[in-house]
Amino acid sequence: MFFEKYKTEHFFDEMFEADGTVRPHYQAIFERLGPFTVDAFEQKRQAVDLSFLRQGITFTVYGDEEGTEKIFPFDLMPRIIPKTEWELLERGLMQRMQALNMFLKDVYSEQRIIKEGIIPASYILSGKHFRREFMNVEVPRDIYIHICGTDLIRDDKGNYLVLEDNARSPSGVSYLLENRQAMKRAFPNFFPKAGVRPVENYSEQLLKTLQYVAPHGKENPVCVLLTPGHFNSAYFEHCFLARQMGIEIVQGSDLVVRDFKVYMRTTQGLQQIDVIYRRIDDDYIDPSVFRADSTLGVPGLLNALRAGNVNIANAIGTGIADDKLIYAYVPDMIRFYMSEEPILGQVETFFASEDDHFKYIMENLDQLVVKSANEAGGYGMLIGPTATKQEVEDFRALIKADPRNFIAQPPIKLSRHPTWCGGDFEGRHVDLRPYILSGEKTSIVPGGLTRVALKKGSLVVNSSQGGGSKDTWVLYSDG
Amino acid sequence: MLSRVADSLYWMSRYIERAENVARLLDVNLQLLLDFEALDDDKLKEHWEPVIRAAGEEEHFYELYDRADSQSVTDFLTFNRKNASSVISCMLAARENARMIRDQISTEMWQSLNHAYLFLKSNNAKKVWDDGPYEFYKQIQDYSHLFQGMTESTFPHNEGFYFMQVGKYLERADKTSRILDIKYHMLLPSVDEVGGAIDAVQWGAILKSCSGFEAYHSLYVSAVNPLKVSNFLIFNQDFPRSILFCARHLDTNLHKISGCNAGFYSNDVERASGRLVSDLTYSNIDDVFKSGLHQYLTELQERFVGIGQSMFENYMFHVRPEMEDEIATQQQQQQQQQQQ
Repeated sequence: MFFEKYKTEHFFDEMFEADGTVRPHYQAIFERLGPFTVDAFEQKRQAVDLSFLRQGITFTVYGDEEGTEKIFPFDLMPRIIPKTEWELLERGLMQRMQALNMFLKDVYSEQRIIKEGIIPASYILSGKHFRREFMNVEVPRDIYIHICGTDLIRDDKGNYLVLEDNARSPSGVSYLLENRQAMKRAFPNFFPKAGVRPVENYSEQLLKTLQYVAPHGKENPVCVLLTPGHFNSAYFEHCFLARQMGIEIVQGSDLVVRDFKVYMRTTQGLQQIDVIYRRIDDDYIDPSVFRADSTLGVPGLLNALRAGNVNIANAIGTGIADDKLIYAYVPDMIRFYMSEEPILGQVETFFASEDDHFKYIMENLDQLVVKSANEAGGYGMLIGPTATKQEVEDFRALIKADPRNFIAQPPIKLSRHPTWCGGDFEGRHVDLRPYILSGEKTSIVPGGLTRVALKKGSLVVNSSQGGGSKDTWVLYSDG
Repeated sequence: MLSRVADSLYWMSRYIERAENVARLLDVNLQLLLDFEALDDDKLKEHWEPVIRAAGEEEHFYELYDRADSQSVTDFLTFNRKNASSVISCMLAARENARMIRDQISTEMWQSLNHAYLFLKSNNAKKVWDDGPYEFYKQIQDYSHLFQGMTESTFPHNEGFYFMQVGKYLERADKTSRILDIKYHMLLPSVDEVGGAIDAVQWGAILKSCSGFEAYHSLYVSAVNPLKVSNFLIFNQDFPRSILFCARHLDTNLHKISGCNAGFYSNDVERASGRLVSDLTYSNIDDVFKSGLHQYLTELQERFVGIGQSMFENYMFHVRPEMEDEIATQQQQQQQQQQQ
């Protein structure tokens, strides 16, 4: 019934081989979907959407008139990863996290990686998110990135490539958890025999991570989640995680720093806090050090950090690790700090700041994907092959004005996945964002958030620009 | 708990109570009109102006509308977002407060408010109102009761719960006093009609606006009479919407928050609520009519405002230094820190 007209075209398809055979790990679900009619499937889909709306699982879209809350579109067809593939990803991601944390420790203290000529000093020091103010500040357990969301894509040969690390304030894990709940409610019969690894213990792991990095190894530390407030697009997630972990959610105005310690204002007076899971960017987090016009932050927070009386996750200054230019050096970091070869590949990257690369970029601008070194959400990006002449020229000017802040990459033919398009399934481009927690040990939620570009032919998966998500299943077996 | 959270719980509760009361008030008064023979503009104005006053919005109403009739008044008090006390504004504010403290309330509480919000935001709401306003107002009251029921059975009865009860009872006491006050403003066609059929119907409407019609009649076998209705709505110890009942529960919950023993006070809020309860306990309806019902009710309303203000000062408000001063202080300390 379904998939009769399905075409993989020249993309790597997660579910189907090029000749139309179903991959072994999708066989079970392919059979399960067999007896479904279009109506039955539509009914399930509408029930899930309604339940998301009722629960208020939304995000706010900036630039929309009312700042309306929208449901993050959810596609019922799960993305499935067999055991062996996942194990490879796990090893690769753990290796990467270790290297990134070692890099941050180094770059905020001895800076050996600069002194030994691996990365030019100017690239680090000119990084928008490199925080001089944090030089030589000790962090508990030497962990800088406690929570990382690394974006992975697959090329047309099915190789996993790291697209970028999100090492500041990665979001989306609440959708991951809610998606799994939604799938269980919609297809209760799928789960028992499908052999899917559970994702429910994320919040438990997250809390353990926060507690592990309490200052001076304090037992039973007071942990809070610092949110910019209910106007923030990810506010639902902040509440969700705080509630699941059983910690207080606070705003900047609830906190005060006295004698280099951080306190929250309660109805019974001031209560000291030990660990802050912050969802506010460095720029806004301490108006006495960074942007003075910020009303979201806590004046004196950095003082308290330096004094070692409080810790924050992720640490100040991790943004230099997710700078798209520094990204190109991660394989070198792995070699330099760990004397290992990188397990996971990356996308070839050209620097507008290097003469020979610059020339190449300028000559091939309409064939390349160009990204601003420090934007998120799919903004500040040019997709050469689908852009208009004007867009290309506009970007050319931007690059010339500020070459350090642009990189270019060859367009990758992202893998596709069957996605419901009202009537039947069609292939849509997907990526994968696993969430990596670095505490006493590194733990990775099996799967992660699979984001899908819902518009036909689109490569942009971000929620703010028309993307949706799928449940991701990591199997106990290989299918 | 965080002061900000206490504030949101308190206001969420107050807004829902307010929405419910306005809905009931409008419902009853629309029904009341059905009993009148002839309605001309003056009669409509006479009928509706006290209602607007009961909601405390007279001035604001005339800024937005030319005349007071069924359409304009119900629109003003139900759907107009420029009116902060309209049913829709209150429900939206309640839901917004709930969203701000989403992590503190149970899923059931959140979903019941969100459901109300989705209903009001949809076009369905206006349509339901057009088809039959009574259905609409009943729906609003149902949402309020559902929310209160969810709260009672899923929210831990500790500090947060007490803040919610304080908000609810303060709002309820205030609304009961305003509804009772309507009668002061409602004119009868002539002096001869005092005690007559129209008078009785109007007093009956007052009782219904407080959901107290049946309760009143189970106490007083005779017909409605101003003295007895006022006595019932102000001083009855058992009826959940009487002012004394609300004041007592307000006071009890304040003491639960502070942990102070009953009969004593530990802060200004408790001092004010304690005096209120005491006055209400030891006064009677003769004292009220001596000074005049309207006068008495107005003074009560002033005391409610005072208690609300005191709540804020005692629990929600922390003296905060100006951001600029705070930044400067922290920067100074930074210098000292770096010199060590």
